[in-house]
Amino acid sequence: MSGTAVTRRAAGRRPLAMARALAFFGLVLSGIALLLLVVAPPALAVVALGHLLQDMLMRGISMGSNMARQELLLGLIGLLCCRFVVPPALLTVRWLAILTRRLSRQWCGVPIASAYHPRPGGTRLAYRRRMSWLLNDVATWRDLAWLAVSAVVGLMLLLVPLTLVGAGVVAFLVPALGTVVWFGGLQHLVPPPAFPGNTPVVLFAIGLAFVTLGLWTAPWMLRGYAGLARVVLAPSAQAELERRVAHLAESRQETLDTGAAELRRIERDLHDGAQARLVAMGLTLDAAGRLIDTDPAAARALLIEARDGSAKALAELRDLVRGIHPPVLADRGLAAAVRALALDSPLRANVTGTLAGRPPAPVESAAYFAVSELLANVAKHSGAHAAEVDMRHSAGALRITVSDDGAGGADPSRGTGLRGIERRVAAFDGVVVVASPAGGPTVVTLEVPCALS
Amino acid sequence: MRVVIAEDLFLLREGLIRLLEAYGFEVAAAVDNGADFLSAVRAQRPDVAVVDVRLPPSFTDEGLRAALAARSEIPGLPILVLSQYVEQLYARELLADGAGAVGYLLKDRVLDGDQFTDAIKRVADGGTAMDPEVIARLLARNVAAEGPLARLSPREREVLELMAEGRSNVAIAQRLFVTERAVAKHTAAIFTKLDLQPSDDDNRRVLAVLAYLGR
Repeated sequence: MSGTAVTRRAAGRRPLAMARALAFFGLVLSGIALLLLVVAPPALAVVALGHLLQDMLMRGISMGSNMARQELLLGLIGLLCCRFVVPPALLTVRWLAILTRRLSRQWCGVPIASAYHPRPGGTRLAYRRRMSWLLNDVATWRDLAWLAVSAVVGLMLLLVPLTLVGAGVVAFLVPALGTVVWFGGLQHLVPPPAFPGNTPVVLFAIGLAFVTLGLWTAPWMLRGYAGLARVVLAPSAQAELERRVAHLAESRQETLDTGAAELRRIERDLHDGAQARLVAMGLTLDAAGRLIDTDPAAARALLIEARDGSAKALAELRDLVRGIHPPVLADRGLAAAVRALALDSPLRANVTGTLAGRPPAPVESAAYFAVSELLANVAKHSGAHAAEVDMRHSAGALRITVSDDGAGGADPSRGTGLRGIERRVAAFDGVVVVASPAGGPTVVTLEVPCALS
Repeated sequence: MRVVIAEDLFLLREGLIRLLEAYGFEVAAAVDNGADFLSAVRAQRPDVAVVDVRLPPSFTDEGLRAALAARSEIPGLPILVLSQYVEQLYARELLADGAGAVGYLLKDRVLDGDQFTDAIKRVADGGTAMDPEVIARLLARNVAAEGPLARLSPREREVLELMAEGRSNVAIAQRLFVTERAVAKHTAAIFTKLDLQPSDDDNRRVLAVLAYLGR
């Protein structure tokens, strides 16, 4: 059963593989053209100006001569092309490499990682910055190498099925069919090959064999092509490590900054809040102590004032502690704390899913504050009436989804809230995905790799 | 009235004992952890127990769990839970059995001795004492949902708030400086607007309101 299914699917895939080989073939050809566009201008400039220099210094040809003028003109054209043609060509090379990566994943099942340096900020980059961004990136050179390799080896791989099928159709099938009936005119366009026994039936059989062989090889060649692309295009282990280290350094810096900012905020809150209140209370109590014998009524009023002050200080400390580490999180863990958040939300917030254990405390805290911020965002900005929080742990990652029925249009690049959540979660190698089309609904998913205990 | 206290901080425990004795309560036992609390309650059978949520050895919600355990062991045992923070989640757990005779207050409320002892007496009598902060959050949630609560007049909402805290009609009338009859009128209006079964019993009325708000 399954055997036939596989065969049938494979048979159906062969013409598709053929078409894909043809598409890759097109990519290779455009790659060759691009390679020329990138290499030719500097080569032209160097050769022409070099010749000019040689002519003037060694052969004593004057600047005014025709030859010198021609060389100068060619050199200038080369330089101009370096300035205006090479950068867009390089970007197109990158685009082509990205496309190749995507297609080899989608069509051949061969995923290829990519590691480009991020584009420096600014809408329009100066020539110098753009070139240094592109040329200092080893990935650019890898892409160029890929164009060269694909122009030679890749082309050969792709040509195997294409040539077989093409030759089968043009050299044998067309004359065979032409001599039989339908395409009388084609008989003269493509004369049948001259060899003994070239009857239409024999030609047809040979043609069919060629086409079948070509179609049969197509998937293999496609796999080979994608494999080749992977060898050349995938970043080396070294580059992968460098990228990882850079990411870690960045997220560590952000974590430290966030931590420091948080401590400053706590210090300021204590200084302006509870500390100031305690000082005021001390003064009030002192005044009450001095008045207690002479004016008991006034002393009593002052004591009541001091009591109210202590209540306010308590309330402020409570809010502060809630912001540092909410007690319910310490008491009951993430699942219950998120339920408590949903209860406190002005929205009808529904919590689904369970956790079989507790994530590590820092992850719990980050996830809690992320959900808290998200629910607050929903209540503030989305115009939603209901929100849904889903929590689960599978495949070694904690996954929390917060969705609402609001107006959508949340943009992580504009709001500092979502950015803050991303930063917090990134410290644990977690990611935040925001889907918020205009008109809603908004779905925010956070995923943090961690183990439950 | 005999009270058992469970509070781990020495200063607060002594403060509570002094306060309660000053108001004429008899402190039958004062303990500092959940296990001792359970055995003290078993031995003393107090009229009311006052428990701090956070107790050793775990310093999490040990006190709350001890209180719930005591309630299931001695059904209807009046318990007032004190905490540095109030959580709706915990309020729900305390109210879950629908029997009343529970209180859940911020520790700050201890500062006002009259109000605090009043709450203890209420709980001992089978009533409830919910912290205004819990009620405010419950109300905020219901108002945002634009349910029938939005149809209440400001005065009715005030009455509802005090009622949800667990106060009797008499206490509400004193608090708002109106006659008891006026409060009864507001209460009737509230129950009609929220489509609740009216009741003459203060405690039952409070529980109905809390159940409505906590839906």
